[in-house]
Amino acid sequence: MTELYEELGLTEDEYRDIIRILGREPSKVELGMYSLMWSEHCSYKSSKPVLSQLPTRASYVLQGPGENAGIIDIGGGLAAAFKMESHNHPSAVEPYQGAATGIGGIVRDIFTMGARPIACLDPLRFGSLESPRQRYLFSGVVAGIAGYGNCLGIPTVGGDIYFDECYDGNILVNVMAIGIMPKENLIRGQATGVGNAVVLMGNRTGRDGIGGASILASQEFDETSQEKRPSVQVGDPFTEKLLIEACLELLEKNLLVGLQDLGAAGISCACSETAARGGVGMKIELKNVPLREEMDPFEIMISESQERMLAIVEPRKLDEVLATCERWGLPAVVIGEVTEGDMLEIYWYGEKVVEVPASSLASGPVYERAAERPAYLDEVQSADLAALEHPSDLNRVLLDLVSGPNLCDKRLVYEQYDHMVQLNTVVYPGSDAAVLRVKGTSKALAVSVDGNSRYVYLDPYGGTQIAVAEAARNVVAAGGVPMALTNCLNFGNPERPDIFWQFKESVRGLADAARHMELPVVSGNVSFYNESFGTAIYPTPVVGMVGLIGTLSTRRTIAFPEEGLVVAMLGDTLDELGGSEYLRLVHGMTAGRPPALDLEVEKSVQTTCIEGIRRGIILSAHDCSEGGAAVALLECCCAGGVGATLEVDTPLQPVSWLFSESQSRFVVTLREEDLGALEDLAASRQVRVYALGRTGGSRLIVGDWIDLGVDEMKAVREEALGRLLKG
Amino acid sequence: MRFGVVVFPGSNCEMDCHHVIDKVLREDVDYVWHQQTDVSAYDCLVLPGGFSYGDYLRCGAIARFSPVMEAVADFAAEGGLVIGICNGFQILLEAGLLPGAMLRNTSLSFICRFSSVRVENADTPWTNAARQGQVLRVPIAHGEGNYTADEATLAALAEEGRIILRYCGEDGEVTAAANPNGSVDNIAGICGEGFNVFGLMPHPERASEEILGSTDGLLIWESVMAHYRSRG
Repeated sequence: MTELYEELGLTEDEYRDIIRILGREPSKVELGMYSLMWSEHCSYKSSKPVLSQLPTRASYVLQGPGENAGIIDIGGGLAAAFKMESHNHPSAVEPYQGAATGIGGIVRDIFTMGARPIACLDPLRFGSLESPRQRYLFSGVVAGIAGYGNCLGIPTVGGDIYFDECYDGNILVNVMAIGIMPKENLIRGQATGVGNAVVLMGNRTGRDGIGGASILASQEFDETSQEKRPSVQVGDPFTEKLLIEACLELLEKNLLVGLQDLGAAGISCACSETAARGGVGMKIELKNVPLREEMDPFEIMISESQERMLAIVEPRKLDEVLATCERWGLPAVVIGEVTEGDMLEIYWYGEKVVEVPASSLASGPVYERAAERPAYLDEVQSADLAALEHPSDLNRVLLDLVSGPNLCDKRLVYEQYDHMVQLNTVVYPGSDAAVLRVKGTSKALAVSVDGNSRYVYLDPYGGTQIAVAEAARNVVAAGGVPMALTNCLNFGNPERPDIFWQFKESVRGLADAARHMELPVVSGNVSFYNESFGTAIYPTPVVGMVGLIGTLSTRRTIAFPEEGLVVAMLGDTLDELGGSEYLRLVHGMTAGRPPALDLEVEKSVQTTCIEGIRRGIILSAHDCSEGGAAVALLECCCAGGVGATLEVDTPLQPVSWLFSESQSRFVVTLREEDLGALEDLAASRQVRVYALGRTGGSRLIVGDWIDLGVDEMKAVREEALGRLLKG
Repeated sequence: MRFGVVVFPGSNCEMDCHHVIDKVLREDVDYVWHQQTDVSAYDCLVLPGGFSYGDYLRCGAIARFSPVMEAVADFAAEGGLVIGICNGFQILLEAGLLPGAMLRNTSLSFICRFSSVRVENADTPWTNAARQGQVLRVPIAHGEGNYTADEATLAALAEEGRIILRYCGEDGEVTAAANPNGSVDNIAGICGEGFNVFGLMPHPERASEEILGSTDGLLIWESVMAHYRSRG
């Protein structure tokens, strides 16, 4: 037995705890359940004490962290449910199925709460495309997202993609989904009502995904990683689509008491979590679980076969529930019932194989991990950037930036995703935020994801604040008021003090930024052990921001809308090349300090922009981020098919003005006659407006620094990714 | 006019079609469940896009065996108006209600983007509101839209004016560069012999509202409504 607990990923102390809880040695099945439920992936045992500092409340938050997804009230009797999570390790082992089942999992989290999923966004991080393996992983992940998401009829409307050598050994596949529901349809993953039936719906259970949470998600990569392929689940989007429709119909008819999806740790997790949340026990007979192949109770309890749901149903409504599932062609069987007390009892052909307190599974151990500031920070932060020699051909630099993997056009990716189905997407991919109309209202949601890990690597606290600020800024540029956020925190091994320090600092940054900007964190996910052969990825917190656009007519895109408009910069440009894409691409350095962020200034600039849009002054808006002002201006020109002639009056040297990634800035357009009004709006918030020139013509001209044709810039940006993928 | 939107397990554009017919066209519309065998209440049947039965065997290959398809075939045989969009088109091909077959896109990837299609025959129930040669901007979203047929079929389609839409450039030129999926002769939509059955890969329901970026798809809906009314 001692060997088995180790093999399953439990420590000796944890094993002793289990014996203490049970007052006896656990059975093999029980041990399997604890190993999964107490894995880092399911229990958050390292992160929980740190995450407790996140602000999670606001008057409009209907559901914060702890459920399958966070939910906010968007008015008019409607609510939006959303969450982000990771599927990093499965995707690194088997990219297509790993990414596909990532989509399946996050979508289930949304309709499990009673919401119809209306969009997905996928933040992806890969290593260098010069490596054939990375190109294989990239193509596989994109195809997996497309294959699964398109089949479901849920548009993939956004995301971001970064490439950096730090992901060579451990790619990141984060997935975010958002759904809309009438408030009264909100349902939770709770089992209540002694005597109620426990119904298992959806796919049959098989041996795929056995031990995914403990073996795959909670360990680092090494030479045995490929052998973990059997731990990757296999996706069946058709069944998931049927599950969505069947579950939403069951909820619409008010036939369910509780609903929970089966994800990591399968039946073990679904039963123990629903029972623990409801403060009840549960009695399950495993012989009733529909199986694909012959399996023993251990395997059934820990299988992570996809597209399964657990529903709690009152006996009098059972027939109607089963009939509805049958109509959708979905297997659905009663596997047990809700009992008094808090014991989870599992039977196998009448023989009791598990008897454990449900709450002991659902609330695992908690660790206060040691944290120590990593040594590399002093070195990278003190890099002398002033001594750098800058190239003189700035046109060349700009074209090189936008033909590099990080800033090139991602059309080749998002055109593989159905981003239009459901007829809600009113700002298509390629802008700062995706905008989804809410049918039957005049409102829309603006959604964006953001996370520049280079900044976080150089300064975990400040870099994470930037992720929050920039995600919010993207939403603002689209005309939305940021409401709430979700996040996925991707880090290395938390048992290493230097990694855990990064994590703690990053979460502190997230908490401070969210609190300052009054943005509740309503859901999220932590992914540790993103390392291979002892090398961790850059710390990569990713923020998913949801905002509300009050009236559809105030939505904005980044595109210069017409000729003859004033182009202006809101906010100040500073000499801040640290951590920039320019520094990386031209000088091969990831060094310095990331741009400074003053949250008070950020708020002022954002409110100026929102107000300017609301009053119809600002006609297009684009935040300045990677690549700086130059890349932002280029993107505005390319999106609108309109050039601009601009003059910059600055004490900075040209590369600094063009490529510094200073925060709290927007490139906006407006009519000449509105410039005074915008300046007044800005001045009342101590924000500066810099009028740069006018839109028009077919070239982007910035003083005597930049002079490029819009068509050429477009062509260079658009063909880049295809070329990079050819290797 | 009453539309019936057929729902197969795995359809995913049925709500979009329903939305446009109900909220934009303001016509009567019901969902028709795939097990339904009586479609006599409808003036036009819509087979929507999606992934019927997951498209697991071959697009549309399983859906054609749904009970409703026999009713659809009878309805079509009696001259009833049937439009198959994307997966609906694939199902009509599999069911033999339209000739030819679909291959995977030559890129081997799913493609979702606006496409330009030229109206090759404006004298049909589906295109009478458009001009001959008019270029429509309508989105496509498919992995298998590479239409193919044998020589004789292609000749007959061309001869009889049953090639309704061809992929083209924004200027209306039908070129290889404007062909998104490798479809033979840039074919994007065809009709059956009686012109009452229409299959097309582009999604007119995605181009029926200003806010979505194009209203060119409305021409197709308006055509069939005009045709219905003229028929009395």
